Amino acid sequence: MQNKSIAEMAADLRLRSYSSVELTRHYLERIARLDPGLNSFISVAAEPALAAAEHADRAIAAGTAGPLAGIPIAHKDIFCTSGLKTSCGSRMLDRFIAPYDATVVERLAAAGAVVLGKTNMDEFAMGSSNETSYYGPVRNPWDPTRVPGGSSGGSAAAVAARLCAAATGTDTGGSIRQPAALCGVTGIKPTYGRCSRWGMIAFASSLDQAGVLARSAADAACVLDEMAGFDPRDSTSADVAVPDYVDSLDEEIAGLRIGLPKEYFGAGLDGRVAASVHEATKELERLGADVRDISLPNSPLSVPVYYVVAPAECSSNLARFDGVRYGHRCEDPRDLEDLYKRSRAEGFGAEVQRRIMIGTYVLSAGYYDAYYLKAQKIRHLIADDFQRAFEEVDVIMGPTAPTTAFPLGAKMDDPVAMYLNDIYTIATNLAGLPGMSIPVAPVDGLPVGLQLIGNYFQEARLLSVAHRFQRATHWHLAAPEGFQ
Amino acid sequence: MMQWETVIGLEIHTQLATRSKIFSGAPTAFGAEPNTQACAIDLGLPGVLPVLNAEAVRLAVRFGKAIGAEIARRSIFARKNYFYPDLPKGYQISQYELPIVGEGRVEIVLDDATVKSVGVTRAHLEEDAGKSLHDDKLGGGGYSGIDLNRAGTPLLEIVSEPDMRSPKEAVAYARKIHQLVRWIGISDGNMQEGSFRVDANVSVRPRGQTLFGTRTEIKNLNSFRFIERAIQFEVERQIDVIEGGGTVVQETRLYDPERDETRSMRSKEEANDYRYFPDPDLLPLELDVAFIVDAVADLPELPDARRERFHIQHGLGEYDASLLTGSRDLADYFEAVVAATGEPKLAANWVNGELAAALNRADVEIAQSPVSAAMLAGLIRRILDQTISGKLAKQVFEAMWAGAGDADQVIRAQGLRQITDSGQLEPMIEAIIAANPDQVSQYRAGKEKVFGFFVGQVMKESKGKANPRQVNEILKRKLAGDP
Repeated sequence: MQNKSIAEMAADLRLRSYSSVELTRHYLERIARLDPGLNSFISVAAEPALAAAEHADRAIAAGTAGPLAGIPIAHKDIFCTSGLKTSCGSRMLDRFIAPYDATVVERLAAAGAVVLGKTNMDEFAMGSSNETSYYGPVRNPWDPTRVPGGSSGGSAAAVAARLCAAATGTDTGGSIRQPAALCGVTGIKPTYGRCSRWGMIAFASSLDQAGVLARSAADAACVLDEMAGFDPRDSTSADVAVPDYVDSLDEEIAGLRIGLPKEYFGAGLDGRVAASVHEATKELERLGADVRDISLPNSPLSVPVYYVVAPAECSSNLARFDGVRYGHRCEDPRDLEDLYKRSRAEGFGAEVQRRIMIGTYVLSAGYYDAYYLKAQKIRHLIADDFQRAFEEVDVIMGPTAPTTAFPLGAKMDDPVAMYLNDIYTIATNLAGLPGMSIPVAPVDGLPVGLQLIGNYFQEARLLSVAHRFQRATHWHLAAPEGFQ
Repeated sequence: MMQWETVIGLEIHTQLATRSKIFSGAPTAFGAEPNTQACAIDLGLPGVLPVLNAEAVRLAVRFGKAIGAEIARRSIFARKNYFYPDLPKGYQISQYELPIVGEGRVEIVLDDATVKSVGVTRAHLEEDAGKSLHDDKLGGGGYSGIDLNRAGTPLLEIVSEPDMRSPKEAVAYARKIHQLVRWIGISDGNMQEGSFRVDANVSVRPRGQTLFGTRTEIKNLNSFRFIERAIQFEVERQIDVIEGGGTVVQETRLYDPERDETRSMRSKEEANDYRYFPDPDLLPLELDVAFIVDAVADLPELPDARRERFHIQHGLGEYDASLLTGSRDLADYFEAVVAATGEPKLAANWVNGELAAALNRADVEIAQSPVSAAMLAGLIRRILDQTISGKLAKQVFEAMWAGAGDADQVIRAQGLRQITDSGQLEPMIEAIIAANPDQVSQYRAGKEKVFGFFVGQVMKESKGKANPRQVNEILKRKLAGDP
């Protein structure tokens, strides 16, 4: 059951081959049996899930079911869910229950999806290995001694391990694509503004975007169809018509112009990963695409720019966690300052504190121009690079991450080494472009991701290119040992 | 002895009269139970986002137009970051580098009736914070309470140039802005409820010096009297400091009305670094021409223009014209009286005199006056047609104020009609002359002051209803011995 596509599951549910309650029980049983070794879920909501499944079964019987009726999914624990804890991977929100649903949660519920639980993540989405979570690291289903990537590591591992049909994620600098690559699943980060950020706990507001992790481009299209669209509650959401992603999956690939930025294949990239990516682009050439080299000259500046902009925004976004109204509060504060200091010192982990401090520093009087303002200027240059490239090509491709999954603990003492994991994904967020990662030939039994970057609101094109590739290859079908 | 010059600039926070908050749909009404008018957005819960209230923008645009300022076609919301328990997000959404309203000017009328132009540097939109309630108001126990009803209330912060040179000028400017925001309907200006709060930047310098002295900022002045008192105290304090050989420290001070003094709140070193940056949750505010045109389409004739018109059209002096344009309601009232009587001078005297005094005593606004413009006009008509004397008119006015009906009703009910019938007056006067032979002799001996005595007697006898002009005429004649 767990290896079927979402379209197949939906068809089975409509034919009553099995009920959503049965499907949901099946996934809950897999989670209970397999997740203790992975730690991909922070909360499992068995009872609400079964109630939603029953509701979906009735809706299917009544012919009133939405497109995702009865399909069990999981939400990254960054999306607020009314009545179900939303921790954001932090001690700060260990007991926080939002009184509202995120728009993404609301829309998927309206489409009939069943929520199995909330997935583990790096604390406040700050990390590339899922090791900064207050709830402990997630293990990679392909090798439990290795990281799943982050910050949507729980969602990626859960999808790879077939613990849910698909999962939501968020991507601020690569947090959907990099774990998708490291766990061998398909992940899409849409254009900034494509999905509403309402109810999605902010890390860096100008970069954060919700997306999907799934086992295929077709599955991702099914879910994204229901998530995307304008939301008046988010002033940065785009009032741009959303095409039907499932309908456009079969677009022809012949004549597609693919650009490989030379900056994405330089030092730091594992040669075997490069070979795997090149092999995939050759496959696309065989399918009729025209592959050429391009340049994104400012892309090497992405990481430093990102580590000014994202911490700056996070230092302000996380100021609301002050121990006053909700969230962690220290015991017996002596005075207001003590309340602030200890509540935040106890509630936030080391990486979050580091980024708050960096962000506070770069926004300080006397440093603002040198750091924040300059970073914003370079951000424009990076976006301009992409626009020049898109005059010549339709899709840009390259590796999603420089290496395959690394061992747990390997980079925890070296933040810069950790940050470099996102070297190929960050520029996309800085420019606000849609990006995707799909599995290609593995290296030493570990998954490798091919990154696809499109122009604004070209999610349909990315999904169709990925779908065409997946119809011609089998990498996305591989399941890790013990989770088939 | 050194001559000192005072330099004052004001920052005025005026609450915009919107029904809902600037970034959420929660209501803005004053006086509700604590924390009943704050939604998830106002509480700063995780994942919530602000959406700008278009009405607040419209009101800001009206203000900009009213002071002749440039309306920014593109303005930016920025975050002002600091920690305080009544600031739910840990930042206030405000405008910093690109405010919605640019430079403008207003005119103030000084005591000597000269007109002075004061520059407005800018005006920007921002959200208010909540309110902290401390121990004493919560019945003890060492607790502080937070009421977030106010959080997210739309404010327009109006920043002046340092153009004022005395506490009186500062008050005149504050009154002017207060008049204007109410006049154009963007704020109720209620100072008790905190809808109009003033911060004063004050410095002194030796007269003739062009460089500004070090300034202090006095926060949260919520009455015109406090503005004047606080600045006056602060000016004297600064001069004392300098003349005593010290230097003024740049700091924020609070005015204590009970002790009539300002006290240091925090120094420059303790000041927050607000780390302003553009709010990534809100796109730049882009206004199209149609929005601006629509926002200002129904702007009323502005107070300065109306004051000037009162001066020219109704022949009023600068002082009367300025008083009568203190609020739109007052100006409308005045013009209604003029329209009904054709007597601007008399109307101005009554509105600025008896009516103003009565309103003041009762502490009510012109809109709540029990004597309507039509009623006052009716009274003035009875003065003009000599039905009653000016003195009796005051009595009629008081009765109208007390709810005894319109002028004619009062005159009839109290029998106040003037006695103009000489057949009635002459015998009365003759009797009085006959009863006071001593005074008659004195008058006839040239002691003309005694004339007043006779007038008083006649008025007393007629219960004030005798027509004074007629009394004079008959008395003179009879005392002279003419029949």
